[in-house]
Amino acid sequence: MIRIPAATRPRTVLAYLIRRLGAVLLMVLVVLLTTFSIFFLLPKWAGQDTAVLFAGKATGAEQLEGIRQKLGLDEPVLVQFWDFVKGIPMGRDYANGGDVTRCDAPCFGYSFRTEEPVWDTLKDALPVTGALAAGACVMWLVGGVAIGVLSALRRGSVWDRSAMVGALSGVSMPIFFTGMVMMGIFVHSLGWLKIDDDLSGADGIDIWLQSLILPWIALAFLYAAMYARLTRATMLEVLGEDYIRTARAKGLGEPSVIRKHALRSAMTPILTVFGLDLGALLGGAVLTEQTFGLKGLGFEAVDAISNKDLPVILGVTLIAALAIAVANLVVDIMYAVIDPRVRLS
Amino acid sequence: MTAPLHDTTAEMEPTAPVDPAVAADAKKVEGRSLKQIAWRRLKQDRVALAGGLTIVFLVLVAIFAPVIVSLLGHPPTEFHQDQLEELTNLPKGDLGGVSGDFLFGVEPNTGRDIFSRVVYGARISLLVAVLAAVVAVVLGTLFGIIAGYFGGWVDSVISRAMDLLLSFPQLLFIISLVSVLPDDLLGLTGSGVRVAVLIGVIGFFGWPYVGRIVRGQTLSLREREYVEAARSLGGGRRHILFRELLPNLVAPITVYATLMIPTNILTEAALSFLGAGVRPPTASWGGMMRDALGMYEHDPMFMVFPGLAIFVTVLAFNLFGDGLRDALDPKGSR
Repeated sequence: MIRIPAATRPRTVLAYLIRRLGAVLLMVLVVLLTTFSIFFLLPKWAGQDTAVLFAGKATGAEQLEGIRQKLGLDEPVLVQFWDFVKGIPMGRDYANGGDVTRCDAPCFGYSFRTEEPVWDTLKDALPVTGALAAGACVMWLVGGVAIGVLSALRRGSVWDRSAMVGALSGVSMPIFFTGMVMMGIFVHSLGWLKIDDDLSGADGIDIWLQSLILPWIALAFLYAAMYARLTRATMLEVLGEDYIRTARAKGLGEPSVIRKHALRSAMTPILTVFGLDLGALLGGAVLTEQTFGLKGLGFEAVDAISNKDLPVILGVTLIAALAIAVANLVVDIMYAVIDPRVRLS
Repeated sequence: MTAPLHDTTAEMEPTAPVDPAVAADAKKVEGRSLKQIAWRRLKQDRVALAGGLTIVFLVLVAIFAPVIVSLLGHPPTEFHQDQLEELTNLPKGDLGGVSGDFLFGVEPNTGRDIFSRVVYGARISLLVAVLAAVVAVVLGTLFGIIAGYFGGWVDSVISRAMDLLLSFPQLLFIISLVSVLPDDLLGLTGSGVRVAVLIGVIGFFGWPYVGRIVRGQTLSLREREYVEAARSLGGGRRHILFRELLPNLVAPITVYATLMIPTNILTEAALSFLGAGVRPPTASWGGMMRDALGMYEHDPMFMVFPGLAIFVTVLAFNLFGDGLRDALDPKGSR
């Protein structure tokens, strides 16, 4: 995403990576600082007290003072922010006089509600969201690109027209509607599938797959439709290029022309959009998890937000921002792999 | 040469309604503006027209919601316990209580009229989506045109800001923000606050998408001869930006704004679904889906109507926006 002008382009791939990782860190810090200020400044302006949020309304003044001391709530917001950031790689001591709680690295603080370390919650939720997002990504990329290519090759056919009508309808369906309809049909009416909210894999791989297949489809459906349309449009454009005619003229078989020449060059705009969509993917995951009751990051986040559980919200936001930034970096590197004209160094 | 040409058009005009082919020829001589070409293409695109008509219908439904509901339904927040089974609190009768009196059936637990709530939900949905698109278009056009025209550090700052906003975990951020904002804000109270906040936040996160397109177009337009001509004639910055460049950006901006509305409808529905939308008992489609989520095992019809309402509305805007894009594309051959 961050374009480097030719003159200042670093010489080696390593230098490029270091630069980009720096940008990723900066980006994550900015997102975090914004979220932090929302939760620590806005309530203050609205006359709410963070210590009360932590302890509940029925707490005495003395106890509240103790909490403020321990969490450092009287410090300026930037100092609090720095303590929080520093705690992630270094661990952190929460001290109120002699009462010290050690929070080991990676320390994201303690949930206001359950008083469990936030990291434990994140650790449990991360694989669920990871499995959901990764599976859905594969489904929509493969499905969307395949449908798009087939439509482009049979432009104007019945298949093309029905695929595109289907794609436009797919783009117009909210995830929770698709999800609820599928659940209603396959889980409640037909009873073909069972949704298990424990996704640790302890109950066996088939239960795990059964629980994830509908969420995957629900999440991938919207995007697959989008990618099918995009792929079709780019393929049609690319297929009209001169070098495709050249490739055909030199006697190259049609499958090779499509795969090696057309599709490869059509992938570049698709990758660009893919990088941007990864940011929105988390939003989709939140909705999917909520619809299917999967205890992933999105579920925890919504739960935490409705309980004003600030440390958990910060933790999830951090992970989300980090994932988006890293994914964008990976996409930029993949450009170079797919398109030989792009050079990182 | 001018005289005969003038004569032919004068002669043609009365006959034009009789023979369309001749009329088309006459218009070719006159030369058509992009608006005229687009309108002609759009008129031939039946799918887009169907989308457009559906949009008009939905807007009318939203505007005349109180009239429609007083004629065909019951007040949207009125409870009808008599329509529910006593033990389960589920609607009496088949299909979630659909009847001549309750066109879309009733809600489980409360017995509220689903038809009325869907009709009123159109108001929130369209109001938020359209105004948020306006916010996004105004901000995006302003920043995009400035970034593209001035370049240099101004461009860098604006572009980085857009990159940052685009890679924000938006949905999480918006629900966080809505959850900490107080209920009374800037003199607004009740559901008015939420509606205003939703418009502002959705619009704010939408502007970078418009901004990128406007910036890119401006970059190429500012090198055109007519801009240079305006500059050499002594046109000021403001004149060039808003009198020379902006009119040429109207087409892509219109298309993008139309295609942004369905996205905004989905975002508003998603936020209401997650409990960060308008406050109950005000009816919104996403909020109804949220209520239905816990119930649809026993009463699947409850989620069907609000779900279909979202689907049809979003689809209509997508179809119309798609047709508009094809119609306004100067290279389009279709």
